[in-house]
Amino acid sequence: MSADQEQRTIRCLVAKVGLDGHDRGAHVISRAFRDAGFEVIYSGLHRAPEEIVQATVQEDVDVLGISILSGAHDTLVPEIIDGLEEYDAFEDTLILVGGIIPDDDEAELKELGVSEVFGPGASMEQMVEYVRENVPEKE
Amino acid sequence: MSDLIDELLAGKHRALARVITKIEDRRSGHRDLVSQLHQHTGNADVIGVTGSPGSGKSTLVDKMAATYRDRGLTVGVIAIDPSSPFTGGAVLGDRIRMGSNIGDMDVFFRSMSARGSLGGLSTATTDAVKALDAFGKDKIIIETVGAGQNEIDIVKTADTVMVLVPPGSGDDVQMLKAGILEIGDIFVVNKADLDGANRTVQELREMLDYSDGAILQSSGHHGAGSMEGTDGLQIEAESEGWDPEIIETIAQRGEGVDEVLDTLDSHATYLDDSGERERQARTRYAEEIRTLVREDVNDLMAEELDHRGGMDAYLDDVVTRETDPYTVADELVGPLADCVRDRRKE
Ligand SMILES: Nc1nc2c(ncn2[C@@H]2O[C@H](COP(=O)(O)OP(=O)(O)OP(=O)(O)O)[C@@H](O)[C@H]2O)c(=O)[nH]1
Ligand SMILES: [Mg+2]
Repeated sequence: MSADQEQRTIRCLVAKVGLDGHDRGAHVISRAFRDAGFEVIYSGLHRAPEEIVQATVQEDVDVLGISILSGAHDTLVPEIIDGLEEYDAFEDTLILVGGIIPDDDEAELKELGVSEVFGPGASMEQMVEYVRENVPEKE
Repeated sequence: MSDLIDELLAGKHRALARVITKIEDRRSGHRDLVSQLHQHTGNADVIGVTGSPGSGKSTLVDKMAATYRDRGLTVGVIAIDPSSPFTGGAVLGDRIRMGSNIGDMDVFFRSMSARGSLGGLSTATTDAVKALDAFGKDKIIIETVGAGQNEIDIVKTADTVMVLVPPGSGDDVQMLKAGILEIGDIFVVNKADLDGANRTVQELREMLDYSDGAILQSSGHHGAGSMEGTDGLQIEAESEGWDPEIIETIAQRGEGVDEVLDTLDSHATYLDDSGERERQARTRYAEEIRTLVREDVNDLMAEELDHRGGMDAYLDDVVTRETDPYTVADELVGPLADCVRDRRKE
């Protein structure tokens, strides 16, 4: 009703990169986020890093969730982060990675700027909770 | 001027995206932003694309955007999904179809949901269009599913309205009856590769001819679809000026897209030459001003009501017949009216 009533909504991009054709996990996450009251932009399968950067910037999402099963995270994630930096979109985007990531690589990803890595055992509640607690304050 | 607007005008994508977020969130200060944008707008053609779920809107919009890019033009897209479940959350999937514009930042695509209030959505859409216009986009496309009056209100904020009709489904004829026929400038029979496309074109042609006649006869009873209200003469002039076109496309393969764009160009030329564009603009700004005034006065009065102890206190007295709704309204609005009239005298 009111013109100045704030309607802050958490926006998330759920992106699936890599060549494997399974997007069940990404779908499940999308629905869990939606049920938590988030707005989810779902990008579909096989997205290239530049496409994810484009979507993250244009949709101005608070959260970028990258789902990777194919093991190419060590090249794809840095490319995405570089792209976000180029458009000034890295600082205030919470970057999450989901997939089977070896411990060493997880440390490396976090070094790069990924906030959290969720393995196959992580529950939806955990992820939703994490987003709620860590979503960046946008200016 | 705010830094954010400076950056937007300088062509920074991040700033454009953030301004739209502020508009969507109705964050404090968003009104100042939109107000600063206005003087930089008025250069884009705004195209509304509507049609039943799954009729191929996003697929066609993707191909249109790519073709505009081939013609050297920049494009903004706002894809609106008005469905909004109980939680207020949404999964927005229109972006999936934007495969022809991968990595091309000069196609700025933005997904929007209703956020629980369809009423505010057309205001947010109008404001987001202003942001894209001020940014310098040549063409701005609004995609929304043609489901009800609110969606019609959204798509009507466009200069040209395109309605997608897939072949051979009775549902679509129903939808067309529900007020969309009147607002369509261009009808696209998409999925022309499927059976029944010819018949759909024919049926559509008949419905348009029929409704053309019906509109001419019933000046004053046009209510449902017309933004111009009940001005029969104006509607008559309009239907003489632009006969809705019907185009067949196969969006998936990009067939018919050039013809769609050429027809859109013709409609834009018609809007300019006939003076219709200016008439439309005046009608819209009048509506926008009225909406803002209504909202602002409402807010002011809500604040005053709170200050006086809230609605419940009044309700108690109304229920026990100590006062009545008219007296309460007078008590609240009276001081405002006095104040405005006093100032006017000075
Ligand atoms: N056969 C055929 N299928 C098409 C054509 N255009 C689009 N489609 C298919 O129709 C389906 C729906 O297309 P979309 O572009 O998502 O339709 P939409 O109208 O945007 O759908 P919503 O946004 O969900 O209302 C997809 O599977 C497309 O591939 C066409 O010309 N021919
Ligand atoms: Mg769509």
